[in-house]
Amino acid sequence: MNDLPNSFRTLPDERGHFGQFGGRYVAETLMPLVLELEAEYRRAKLDPAFQAEFDDLLEHYVGRPSPLYFAPRLTEELGGAQVWFKRDELNHTGAHKINNCVGQILLAIRMGKTRIIAETGAGQHGVATATVAARFGLPCVIYMGAKDVERQAPNVFRMKLLGAEVIPVTSGANTLKDAMNEALRDWVANVHDTFYIIGTAAGPHPYPELVRDFQSVIGREAREQMLKRTGRLPDLLVAAIGGGSNAIGLFHPFLDDPGVKMLGVEAAGHGLDKEHAASLAGGRPGILHGNKTYLLQDEDGQIAEAHSISAGLDYPGIGPEHSWLKEIGRVDYTSVTDVEALSAFQLLCRTEGIIPALEPAHAIAAVAKIAPTMSKDAIICANLCGRGDKDIFTVAEALGAQI
Amino acid sequence: MSRFDAAFARGPALVTFVTAGDGPTSAILDALVEGGTDVIELGMPFTDPMADGPAIQAGNLRSLGAGTKTADIFHIAADFRARHPEVPVVLMGYANPMTTRGPAWFANECQKAGVDGAICVDLPPEEDPDLGPQLRAAGVSLIRLATPTSDAARLPTILKDTSGFLYYVAVAGITGKQQAALGSIEEAVARLKAATDIPIVVGFGVRTPEQAGAIAKVADGVVVGSALVELVAEHGANAAGPIRDYTRALADAVHSARNG
Repeated sequence: MNDLPNSFRTLPDERGHFGQFGGRYVAETLMPLVLELEAEYRRAKLDPAFQAEFDDLLEHYVGRPSPLYFAPRLTEELGGAQVWFKRDELNHTGAHKINNCVGQILLAIRMGKTRIIAETGAGQHGVATATVAARFGLPCVIYMGAKDVERQAPNVFRMKLLGAEVIPVTSGANTLKDAMNEALRDWVANVHDTFYIIGTAAGPHPYPELVRDFQSVIGREAREQMLKRTGRLPDLLVAAIGGGSNAIGLFHPFLDDPGVKMLGVEAAGHGLDKEHAASLAGGRPGILHGNKTYLLQDEDGQIAEAHSISAGLDYPGIGPEHSWLKEIGRVDYTSVTDVEALSAFQLLCRTEGIIPALEPAHAIAAVAKIAPTMSKDAIICANLCGRGDKDIFTVAEALGAQI
Repeated sequence: MSRFDAAFARGPALVTFVTAGDGPTSAILDALVEGGTDVIELGMPFTDPMADGPAIQAGNLRSLGAGTKTADIFHIAADFRARHPEVPVVLMGYANPMTTRGPAWFANECQKAGVDGAICVDLPPEEDPDLGPQLRAAGVSLIRLATPTSDAARLPTILKDTSGFLYYVAVAGITGKQQAALGSIEEAVARLKAATDIPIVVGFGVRTPEQAGAIAKVADGVVVGSALVELVAEHGANAAGPIRDYTRALADAVHSARNG
């Protein structure tokens, strides 16, 4: 244990690296802007007015703090550890994504940018971005893989209602990674006036850091709420991981609490030996979308197409801090298949009257496996990072139901 | 004298880009030389070419769809070097395919294949340790990019440890799109020339002999890529002839700018 750091919360370093991961792998055209964003973020972090405006919007616009909820019937059914949920699905727009969008649009305004772009997979980040763009009166363009436009139709309509232009991306696999490529192409051509609101804790430095910081409100609240309600910290945190923003948001404030174990849950799709989206389980380090991290790729470094029933997890990479936390062993990572996630989706509907999004359904599936192996005194806190309204068509199709 | 030095000593140079494995690449490379190209940029296809416009994206996908592997690209380069000892070859692509087997592996393969330089689109100077030291140790130039967003404060960072030539990206954007105004290119090249002695080559958005000739009057070289990749898309297996003819028109325009 001697080579472990004194704190797990001091990274990234000044070059934006988490160990060997992270960094700023972008086209030269973007470098000055990325450096400017970093400088502006440093100033904003030290500015009480910025923090106050962020906090005010989270309280009165987003509806924070989100509740910490003990799930009695699910706990009873699983017959082991107590299961608690951080209810970020109750946020305005229905997921944790809005936390980050509020922070980033305040940065965009500080930097004098007048146009917002974003990529989206499930559409939750697109909706959250369109929401804050409307709130602050900025034009907004959302890039979304054509396949996701099809399977997330309700969110596409929401974005349009909010005034965003949704551009279906038909390059590559027509999913999240291709939407991110297209957003980068837009950004590089419009650096003078455009702010790119990246939706997950990935991309070039400082995005992984600032997205984590904005999402860490989840973990800070959960820590305080858990101490207040139970007088102690949880034994295990569980969160689903696509890029990993909800997970890092929950985990980060607990990283230096040695008694708190953490479990990140990747999407195993049809199975780890078939098509999946589990970059840590099935990938190796590489460079994509501005950062070095675990990627699904072939021996030549060509990026593989990910698969998950959850559009929000359907990405062949993962945020660089997760890659680092895996390598140093502070966080454990596992994966859950489409079938297991669907089953957990139904389990939560039935036991707690909560329809989760397919993304946290992956976390719930992991909880369903692990809770029975733990004592009844143990406490699990899982992040319920999105609600399932957007997924009912996908779930209906998977279950063979007609709507 | 390096192959780059010789190529740029003759006056403004035509630099041509094609994607490796897209169409009959060896025949296309020979056609570029026959047409009068001075430097060749051989694109390494990547699944996620986020700095490229539709034409080169499509070229990347055609190449990968045809099964092109990194090993094939080095074979193409080595064979070209055997046929054409004098024409500089630069591999252009993205960081992941270049670094995936480790930078030393890539640098060594470049050296063995007679590759003169590499342009790694998404490896800014800040991440130089991922590839630069190994390339330099192997005698392969890491060619950096300067852009309209590179101000005076940033230039020294870009120029440090670069060699071969400096690639000036004339438009803030992706390949194959709109052309920058000639006045802005002239101004930018003058600014870069004041900061370095290495040749300044201008690319992005240059399609026609007229555009190329005009830029050749103010720069040391000019890159044409998307227009050639579109010819490959149009003519496929028969692309060599049209590529040779178009390259000749470009080369005539660029080379006649020497005396203009």
